[in-house]
Amino acid sequence: MASDVFFFIFAGFAIACAISMVYHKNPLYSAISLVGVFIALSCLYVTLAAPFIAAVQILIYAGAIMVLVVFVIMLLNLDEDRRDNRLGFLYALGGGLGLILLAQTFFVFYAVMRAPQQAVNTAETAGKTMSIGQAMYTEYLLPVEIVGILLLMAIIGGVVMSRRLNQEQIEAVVDKELELRGQDEDKDDYRIAF
Amino acid sequence: MEAVLKTAFPFIVFSAGILAAFQGVLMIVAYTVLAERKVLGWMQGRVGPNRVGPWGVLQPFADLFKFILKEDLIPDKSTKFVYFLAPLVALSCALLPIVVYPFGPRIADPLGWLVPYVADWPTLGPAVAWIAEQAINMPLTIARIDVGVLFVLGITSVGVFGIALAGWSSNSKYSLMGGLRSSAQMISYELAMGASVIGVVMLAGTLDLNGIIEAQIRSPFKWFIIPQFLGFVVFLIAAFAETNRVPFDLPEAETELVAGFHTEYSALKFALFFMAEYVNMFTVSVMCVTLFLGGWYVPGLGKILQPGSIPYALVSHVAFIGKICFFLFLYIWVRGTLPRFRFDQLMNFGWKFLLPLGIANIILTIVVVYFLNS
Repeated sequence: MASDVFFFIFAGFAIACAISMVYHKNPLYSAISLVGVFIALSCLYVTLAAPFIAAVQILIYAGAIMVLVVFVIMLLNLDEDRRDNRLGFLYALGGGLGLILLAQTFFVFYAVMRAPQQAVNTAETAGKTMSIGQAMYTEYLLPVEIVGILLLMAIIGGVVMSRRLNQEQIEAVVDKELELRGQDEDKDDYRIAF
Repeated sequence: MEAVLKTAFPFIVFSAGILAAFQGVLMIVAYTVLAERKVLGWMQGRVGPNRVGPWGVLQPFADLFKFILKEDLIPDKSTKFVYFLAPLVALSCALLPIVVYPFGPRIADPLGWLVPYVADWPTLGPAVAWIAEQAINMPLTIARIDVGVLFVLGITSVGVFGIALAGWSSNSKYSLMGGLRSSAQMISYELAMGASVIGVVMLAGTLDLNGIIEAQIRSPFKWFIIPQFLGFVVFLIAAFAETNRVPFDLPEAETELVAGFHTEYSALKFALFFMAEYVNMFTVSVMCVTLFLGGWYVPGLGKILQPGSIPYALVSHVAFIGKICFFLFLYIWVRGTLPRFRFDQLMNFGWKFLLPLGIANIILTIVVVYFLNS
């Protein structure tokens, strides 16, 4: 009974935040709404007896990723999103994708309804940190390693892209660029780009 | 009527516990502010506040009333909603972790002594007997959850929003720079802090704060500060930076940024930020005590007093608060002693020294734990 009440409170909050995220013209308000969605979702995980997933949801999505998103919005000081009439075809595209998503949802419901009833995992350890850790490092070790390597690649890519070149490296890059173009243009124009 | 009361009983108990814990923490926080002014005064050859009440003990309440009575200014060009939201986010994220703090050991039978006195009373007698039965093995924690450490780290990391949004919504250059500096600093040092905690989690084998204390009692060292000294040092330094305190109080560098992210805040909204900062100090002190100094555990106390009895719990609780007060004093001591870092020094220190040190501690602990277990 009580868990039903909590489900409707948090689910309603999540949906309200999601709608507000899509409809706000100010990107910062959208970001704050998205944080609200994440917090409501993690509350739902808690009611589903998955405290580890809930804590990780808050720690990673609300606490780390969204802080970076808010940072970018603050630093770029984006203006309010102006509606652009040239992109009208996107409405049709969005509507089509929405219909596909809805169909997928119904398909999943249908499949779940048709599937044979499975025993619910009522073990004391279900959803606890230790059982998740054991599953991750025994049964699902390969996916965990693959995800780890993907994240490492992303980190290295970020470091490479954001590193500053020194004067000699800039000269080398500019010379190479001019050589490729085969034109005698002003070097300074290119130097500014780096 | 009786059935309704019995169903509502857990909620009443939780509400009362939360109210008591919040009130207690806020009182400690209020007197931390007074202690800070007093101790800093003595360190600088002054007296400190001594006019409101004997020895200045009523100063925190006088400050609070002044905050309430001041005019609440809202900058004309600010983003009103976010400007209003930011201090609320900061304070609620600072207060939320209180629900998982391990304030003391379990009490075996806290109300059993009361039952014989009221046994003859018509309705109160059975009610008290029932409540005493419910209270058997009462923990001195509001909610014992499996992921206590992650909960505290997660909620405090959401607290960065309060500062970042405050800096942005004030629409002032000082506030924006202060907010950006402060949130960049908190994000950077959060990593070192998380890395330093992992060593303790590996030794304890659990993320539950009470479980970590129990693991420390079982271990031969009694306090994890001995096997995890490197982690303790990293955690302590990261804690100073997390709470934006001296020597890492860049966001509030008065000479260059006026008051940082809260330049434009006045009256009660400023008081909320002020309280959030001191509650955060309390939080990291609790984490430090729980993870590295055995929490409420006093070595040898079990030989004098019966574990599970009320005096044992009381002495343990006082020891817990005493250990926290030591760290709060350490904050004030450091503030009276050290100068401030430069911003680039701060970032270099966090990313190039403290984080590698934390990761080295993890690897060291992995190797030691592996060889001890095999």
